[in-house]
Amino acid sequence: MTSAATTTTQLMTINMGPQHPSTHGVLRLLLELDGEVIVKAVPHVGFLHRGVEKLAEYRTYHQCIPLTDRLDYVAPFSNNLAYALTVEKLLGIEAPERAQHIRVLLCELTRIASHLLWLATHALDIGAMTVFFYCFREREAIYDIFELVAGARMHTSYIRVGGVSRELPGGFTEKVHKFVMEFPARLNEYETLLTENPIWKKRTVGVGIISAEDAIDYGLSGPSLRGSGVNWDIRKAEPYSQYDKYHFTVPLGKNGDVYDRYRIRIEEMHQSNRIVHQALNILPKGDCLARIPNVTLPPKEDVETNMEAMITHFKLITDGIHPPKGEVYASIEAPKGELGFYLVSDGSSHPYRLKIRPPSFVNLEALPKMVEGRLLPDVVATIGSLDIVLGEIDR
Amino acid sequence: MKNEDLAALIKTRFPEAIVGANIFRNELTLTVQKDTLAEVARFLKENEDLDFDFLSDLCGVDRAETDDVFEVVYHLYSLSKNHRLRLKAPVPSDAPSLPTVTGVWKTANWHERETYDMFGITFHGHPDLRKILTPDDFEGHPLRKDYPLDGRQPATLRDSYRKGGE
Repeated sequence: MTSAATTTTQLMTINMGPQHPSTHGVLRLLLELDGEVIVKAVPHVGFLHRGVEKLAEYRTYHQCIPLTDRLDYVAPFSNNLAYALTVEKLLGIEAPERAQHIRVLLCELTRIASHLLWLATHALDIGAMTVFFYCFREREAIYDIFELVAGARMHTSYIRVGGVSRELPGGFTEKVHKFVMEFPARLNEYETLLTENPIWKKRTVGVGIISAEDAIDYGLSGPSLRGSGVNWDIRKAEPYSQYDKYHFTVPLGKNGDVYDRYRIRIEEMHQSNRIVHQALNILPKGDCLARIPNVTLPPKEDVETNMEAMITHFKLITDGIHPPKGEVYASIEAPKGELGFYLVSDGSSHPYRLKIRPPSFVNLEALPKMVEGRLLPDVVATIGSLDIVLGEIDR
Repeated sequence: MKNEDLAALIKTRFPEAIVGANIFRNELTLTVQKDTLAEVARFLKENEDLDFDFLSDLCGVDRAETDDVFEVVYHLYSLSKNHRLRLKAPVPSDAPSLPTVTGVWKTANWHERETYDMFGITFHGHPDLRKILTPDDFEGHPLRKDYPLDGRQPATLRDSYRKGGE
């Protein structure tokens, strides 16, 4: 036996993911631990890489829309909208007013659905299971509306270049109205489960802090940036799709911790609900798809009766749009932050280059900054508070 | 600030480094000489009238077939001034390399890794230039135009992917 017991400390490296429920998909974190304290965290991404940007170069401009559904697959309308706005900017066209308001309405419902999924899983990660079931009830109601509108629950491909694919179906207004009326009370109910809950606060207050300067430096956007008190919302700063006609406030945090980001998303759901309500009242009459030769498909009735319309339809489907040479960047305030598309056109029917700027990719980059020096369980809370979706990180 | 004023201000400061300016769809694009890139970037961020504190995006574009260059494209935004700017730095396609901007905007770290992964463009001075999206044993840079859509991995690797990596 040795006389003096010599204690040696040794760092332990553990793998969290890629198959781990609280990494929200196939994220792998390589954690170096000193006891329970994180010394170093290195995220590994790319497990879901499908080469979306490469695929887009081999498709016509319209064929890229389904690819965008599969980026942030819990917010398909936002992805469709960002892409459509980019192509519209390149072409120098605008969707009819009615279509723009339909887009706002659906995108705000999407924000609610996306935030509900975030709240459900974030709470589940930290151990509050009840919230999960409640949130999925409401999310289901929204997905029913999506199914009614687009025929699909998740991969909607409803927003098209120049407008939306078809008119809103009968029963839509009533269904949305019912949801809008019920939702605020439901949301308050969730808040009673969490907002002042001491366990919830112990797990979230002062955890995963990032200062405003760091948040900007790391390129954070969306609720993750506003949690640090930076007032930047693209809907207000560079209004698109008639957002300047809507009244809503942008909630801001103070401390940049998990709890602030939680409060912000809850308040954003209230605000989105307000916007949906306003949109229902504003919704003007008119076309839901612009009639622009060589860009948008002619109405189906015309295709069946009119020779020119049929030829146009055939040409657009087989050959596609030919935008002018040039390059544009357009971005929107997606549920997770700034979702941007950079499109380079060489005048042919395929994009020469399509770069996607996914908010989750950039937000995840700041994770090590938020968790290093903190305890292991804080990692789970912090990942949840960033609201990442690997579909758009890996593309 | 208007696009024209932005362009004028930057061009006055760097008459030689800025080799081209273009406005399309109300978006300003400046082409910058790659060796002065880090200097220009720092100026854009630190000048009070410009205040480009937010790097929205950074990516590559393959123009090897027509111009023998890869373009590295920076999308900048100013939170306080609410204006945007696109900065382009062409690098020769046979030796694609340019200085990093990670010292100016921390967010550039992952973007540059992605550009390195997809195009094989190296950023000297980058603290940790590793591949980010493709697997470690993946060969080639998939977003280059000469890379085929259906891939060209060694048969063994492709087979192992198909079988689920036995």
